Amino acid sequence: MAATEPSIDALGQFRLATGFGPLGHSVNFTNSNEIMVAGSAVVLALLYFGMRPRAVIPGRLQSLAEMSYEFLYSMCVDQIGPEGRKFFPFIFTLFFFILMGNLIGLFPYFFTYTSHIAVTAALSVMVIVIVTVVALSIHKWHFFTYFFPPGAPKLLAPLIVPVEVISYLSRPVSLSIRLFANMVAGHVMFEVFASFMFMLVAGLGAFGYIAALGPLAINVILIGFELLVAFLQAYVFAILTCIYLHDAVHLH
Amino acid sequence: MDVAAAKAIGAGIAVIALAGVGIGIGNIFSSLVASVARNPSARDQVFGLGILGFALTEAVALFALLIAFLILFA
Repeated sequence: MAATEPSIDALGQFRLATGFGPLGHSVNFTNSNEIMVAGSAVVLALLYFGMRPRAVIPGRLQSLAEMSYEFLYSMCVDQIGPEGRKFFPFIFTLFFFILMGNLIGLFPYFFTYTSHIAVTAALSVMVIVIVTVVALSIHKWHFFTYFFPPGAPKLLAPLIVPVEVISYLSRPVSLSIRLFANMVAGHVMFEVFASFMFMLVAGLGAFGYIAALGPLAINVILIGFELLVAFLQAYVFAILTCIYLHDAVHLH
Repeated sequence: MDVAAAKAIGAGIAVIALAGVGIGIGNIFSSLVASVARNPSARDQVFGLGILGFALTEAVALFALLIAFLILFA
């Protein structure tokens, strides 16, 4: 393959760059951090400007803010129980931080911070530490009976306990890799199909412009699918956190 | 064997996992349709569970796809 021919640089879009000139360079403020700040600002603006009118009949923005509040509140209370109200601010923040990362990343030239395992691993380790601290503070030493279900034969303890401990410790791994893999796979697919367009034009000339409509159509469909995935992954991350918190509060 | 050819074959083998994911997602939605048909009033609760199962199963597909991408591009 000649050097001038377009090739697929699928992972180049995930490269970090420092922003804000020399100041950003000195503190390693990357484009990932810029989008994190922007995403948080968007959520704050949505809630602030959405709830400012305090109308009895909500407008569009107020409806959005109220619906997102009620959606996550009912998720917390349904999954965790009445104790879930305590954890609602945490779940709300977590959900919107991930959702904004996924959604802003879908715009061209914007960075997807949830596509970095460092970010998703930090989030899921934070979740698991909080879950363990909550469980320990509620149940004290009784928490460790979690790893041995009541009623199981004592003889099976050497088998059950390691399996339960491993499954508990694999939660942050699966939680972080699920989000990271979803985002990376989606964005790599965009890149691959977009590269096909350039390859077709370079290879076929004028006819290539007509043939390139195929990959373009696939990319349009993929955008719709990725919008669904962006929401779904934030939802899955939040609901799994709720399920883990339920285990921590109620044990079994 | 040529390294590029081996990479392409490896990526192809890595996505065999998608067969299992296809069966899994088909299973989820067939059960979802069956349960909604039996008890339409449970639709809202069952639909959320179905979507959760879909997302968890789809993650397996993306693990395989990610391995294929890593073999091809990384």
